[in-house]
Amino acid sequence: MNELTEILKNLDWSPLWISLKTGIVATVLSFFLGIFAARRSIRKGPGARSVLDGILTLPMVLPPTATGFFLLLFFSKRRPFGSFLYQQFGLKVVQSWLGCIIAATVIAFPLMYRNARAAFEQMDVNLVYAGRTLGMSETKIFWKVVMPASGPGIIAGTVLAFARALGEYGATSMLAGNIPGKTATVSQRIAMVLQDGDYLTAGIWVAVVLLIAFAVIFLMNFVAGKKMKNLKKW
Amino acid sequence: MSLEVDIRKKLRDFDLQVSFSEQRKRIGILGASGCGKSMTLKSIAGIETPDTGKICADGRVLYDSARKINLRPQKRNIGYLFQSYALFPTMTVAENIAAGLSGTREEKRRRVREMAERFHLAGLEDHYPSGLSGGQQQRTALARLMACRPEMILLDEPFSAMDAYLKDQLQEQLSEMLEGYTGTVVLVSHNRDEIYRFCDDVLVMEQGQVIRAGEKKAVFAEPRIRQAAVLTGCKNFCSLERRDAHQAFLKDWGIELFTEREIPEETACIGYRAHWFIPVWAREHPEYDGKIPPNSFRVQERRRVKLPFEMNFYLVPQGSRQPENPAYISWFAQENIQKLLEKKGMPDFLQLDEKQILFLK
Repeated sequence: MNELTEILKNLDWSPLWISLKTGIVATVLSFFLGIFAARRSIRKGPGARSVLDGILTLPMVLPPTATGFFLLLFFSKRRPFGSFLYQQFGLKVVQSWLGCIIAATVIAFPLMYRNARAAFEQMDVNLVYAGRTLGMSETKIFWKVVMPASGPGIIAGTVLAFARALGEYGATSMLAGNIPGKTATVSQRIAMVLQDGDYLTAGIWVAVVLLIAFAVIFLMNFVAGKKMKNLKKW
Repeated sequence: MSLEVDIRKKLRDFDLQVSFSEQRKRIGILGASGCGKSMTLKSIAGIETPDTGKICADGRVLYDSARKINLRPQKRNIGYLFQSYALFPTMTVAENIAAGLSGTREEKRRRVREMAERFHLAGLEDHYPSGLSGGQQQRTALARLMACRPEMILLDEPFSAMDAYLKDQLQEQLSEMLEGYTGTVVLVSHNRDEIYRFCDDVLVMEQGQVIRAGEKKAVFAEPRIRQAAVLTGCKNFCSLERRDAHQAFLKDWGIELFTEREIPEETACIGYRAHWFIPVWAREHPEYDGKIPPNSFRVQERRRVKLPFEMNFYLVPQGSRQPENPAYISWFAQENIQKLLEKKGMPDFLQLDEKQILFLK
């Protein structure tokens, strides 16, 4: 017991804040990117849509380390785009918090995109037509009609994207590394302390992660419960 | 008031090729489901875009492929009543009505109140569409589109998914609500009763084409084309061999037909509505001497179906000659005839009233 309080007293909480910050920023980014992509893909023909769909869903299917590998190739300072970013804007992606955000966003994005698209596809398209014949602008139709009508799907996508971004490990470790106080997220910290055989610290972090996970699941069920009200049992 | 449409659009099963010009205020488009009538309506509203052609309303060009004009639906100012009403589910009645309005908050509020009162929705402003009855939903949808002061109103099968009682009430309600409206109204339906009830002029559509157009009474009395007759509810058809202007052989019923009316030269078949057969009892007509009366066939019952107020008989026709290709005849006996049947038994013959024969191409 003494040991536990001792550890808690001296515990470096920075991984939690880094994880939360990364998770929130990545969720906001993938929220808008995912909705934007879903809206665009719905307007495409079936052929173009399936190609686009495949590319956009790839990060969800690939092992995160493989995604991380591609990201590393792309953003490395020794590669054209990475060096362009560094020289023109002073942006360093590899081994930085920006890398954490990019890795988490890329991994979380497909969840948002797919949920948003499913929600848009399920919506009665006549609602959009009705809006148009009533003279509502496309922007107004989208934010006042489409988004509220697809609300549950959008929220589910957001929550899943947040959970995924929060726990991201593979791509983050490849792109951003595990620099204490800078890019060391909770999942990376767990792996690290476990490697040192420090089961107690790892256990504390697992407990923290569990708490967050329960909160997320609760939120999901709450949202889904609202949606389920209109569904038939079978 | 005028509406000119001349459009083509390639659809999956056929080419939509609709062309008409209408001056009347109430226009009905009658057609079976999937005949392209809804697509025509959506093209007028601008929700769908034809491949080529032209659409003008009151001289205003809405669409003209030659001049590369295609007004957005937002700019057409056409009210569209969807089959399922397409009310915005996350908005209250008041918000739905206000959805298409512009202006200050006070102006919008006034207009919403005005519409709510006119469409008997006062007190329901804060309800969501899911909590409304079918009639209230329809009134909300009407109030929403009327709030925008449309120059034309398009009604897309507004009663097709309703039970008979509600349908009758809503039809009455809709006619009442549209009474003061001075613009053009186009109603699309597969139901002849609805079309007849609402419209002055009828366009009959089949496989993407207008096959018959005109004043409703004329179209129903003389459909001229077989498919048009089917859509106006005609149940019996028989192919015909024209001998001269007043004589023909009805092949499927085996009847030699003699008429006072002239049989148009291009007539290929006749249509006969199930209500119009005249029952003939041989014992009341000694002049026929047991023979088959003119323009009649012997009644040979196959099946009878009792409907709430009618009796529907399916008969095998046999006229004075053997029919080449016998087809069942459907005869509706209404209440007065049913009483006669109870008293006198089944008639020996059914006679065609020549005035009721539809000569069809």
